[in-house]
Amino acid sequence: MSIDWLRHQHGHPDSPLHSLPAELKLGFGFGVILVTVLAPIEWSTWFICAALGLGVTALLSRLPLLFLSRRLLALSPFVLGVVLVNAFEPAGRGHWLAVSVKSVLCLLTVILVSNTTPFSQILRALKFIRIPALLITTIALMHRYLFVLMEESERMRRARASRTFKRGQRFHWRLLATIVSQLFIRASERAERIYDAMCARGWK
Amino acid sequence: MHIPDGFIDGKTAAAAAVLSVTGVGFALKRVRLELPPRKVPLLGLAAAFLFVAQMVNFPVAGGTSGHLVGGTLVAALLGPSAAVVVVTTVLIIQCFLFQDGGVISLGANVFNMAIVNSVIGYAIYRIVSHWLPGARGRIAALAFAAWCATVLAAMGCAGQLAWSGTIPWTAAFPAMTTVHMLIGLGEGLISAMVFAAISRARPDLVIESNEAGPQERAGELVLYGLLITLGIALFIAPFACSWPDGLDSVAEKFGISHRIAAALLPAPAPDYQIPGIHWAVGATALAGVAGALIVFGLALGLGRLLVPKTRNGVPGNQANP
Repeated sequence: MSIDWLRHQHGHPDSPLHSLPAELKLGFGFGVILVTVLAPIEWSTWFICAALGLGVTALLSRLPLLFLSRRLLALSPFVLGVVLVNAFEPAGRGHWLAVSVKSVLCLLTVILVSNTTPFSQILRALKFIRIPALLITTIALMHRYLFVLMEESERMRRARASRTFKRGQRFHWRLLATIVSQLFIRASERAERIYDAMCARGWK
Repeated sequence: MHIPDGFIDGKTAAAAAVLSVTGVGFALKRVRLELPPRKVPLLGLAAAFLFVAQMVNFPVAGGTSGHLVGGTLVAALLGPSAAVVVVTTVLIIQCFLFQDGGVISLGANVFNMAIVNSVIGYAIYRIVSHWLPGARGRIAALAFAAWCATVLAAMGCAGQLAWSGTIPWTAAFPAMTTVHMLIGLGEGLISAMVFAAISRARPDLVIESNEAGPQERAGELVLYGLLITLGIALFIAPFACSWPDGLDSVAEKFGISHRIAAALLPAPAPDYQIPGIHWAVGATALAGVAGALIVFGLALGLGRLLVPKTRNGVPGNQANP
């Protein structure tokens, strides 16, 4: 997974979907997911309606279709594993189909909501539903420094690659452990600096 | 191990969500009480660290690669409650921004990976390192604890999937447990190596985390233990109790009359499943116990390998609480 792959695109910030209030989008998205998960297999009308509605929303959001389909296709290995296990169960074909449809619909909903809502608005919505402040601070700091640390690890990896000529299997493990431990040490040193900076700005 | 939406049903999701909200709420309260204010940014940075560390792949035999889960490592570095908060944050971000794990199944994921993995990992780490003092003992304890915690979290995941009716328990339990007994080896190895490297470079970071005495931690661990026991009772126990049914049908197969079998066995309900599948579950449980013993031996060896024979006065030895 590369950094570019994880960086989420906000598409055209002027689309009708981007300008909706975050609370509305999050609430609506949660509702769609809840109904989709709880719906029995027989409710095929609901699944078709949801699929159509989400398709129209995807067009309205003006997110690049290539980006959307790439995200959808990258279903976690977990889904594939469960599908494989279920493929050997003779009775469970219809059930398996329902599970896949449900997870694809829910995935599409989350992709649409998260890529049309700026993160600061998501944080505000979390505050609105009374998530404890400590958790929100942690989430905000994690999101802020996620890409910083990712680039830091990329730099360390590049430095390592330019210095080591050939790697053996055992050596490789040692290097990985060193990189991860250095990353933790640098993260905790950065945390100290951030605390000083936060205090200097009047955080309490 | 991230369960996507649609894979668990309403009752499982609701039960797991209640357990997770209680656990995370308690963890937040503990962290607010015991963590000094200057450590608050460290939670966010540790979460970002864990996310990035999970992206570093390590080679597993046969050309495949695995990645760190890290609950036990973070718990050993920051303490169990902070680890619950950190891993929960990672799961929330992974769910909303990167669509790894579902929204409705977030509660189940938090229960398996943030609560079971971190807390059980921490408890095993502390107990074993109490028995095996010194730097080597700590490394061995961490490797063993990370392995156990990975396997137990996988069992929780299998139980939730089975309770939802997505995958039958007889398929989910052996598959998840065996796969994660292998993944756990990598997890234990990389956790121990990272921990050893951190305690070599910055022993102060490790000493701080191990300062709290067992008495202070006991009350904390009791509540988490209660939550996890409740989870096991909900997700795993119903299936474990059906083992006698398997024995029942075997007894029938071998010509023992149903009445005698019923007298011998506590669960007289007739069971029409193939007995072989039940044996697969039993065999997996046995393999798990055997595996735990083997891994414990390996962990002891790893401790000797990673911590060189030392004179007195090496920082690693002083860190012993």
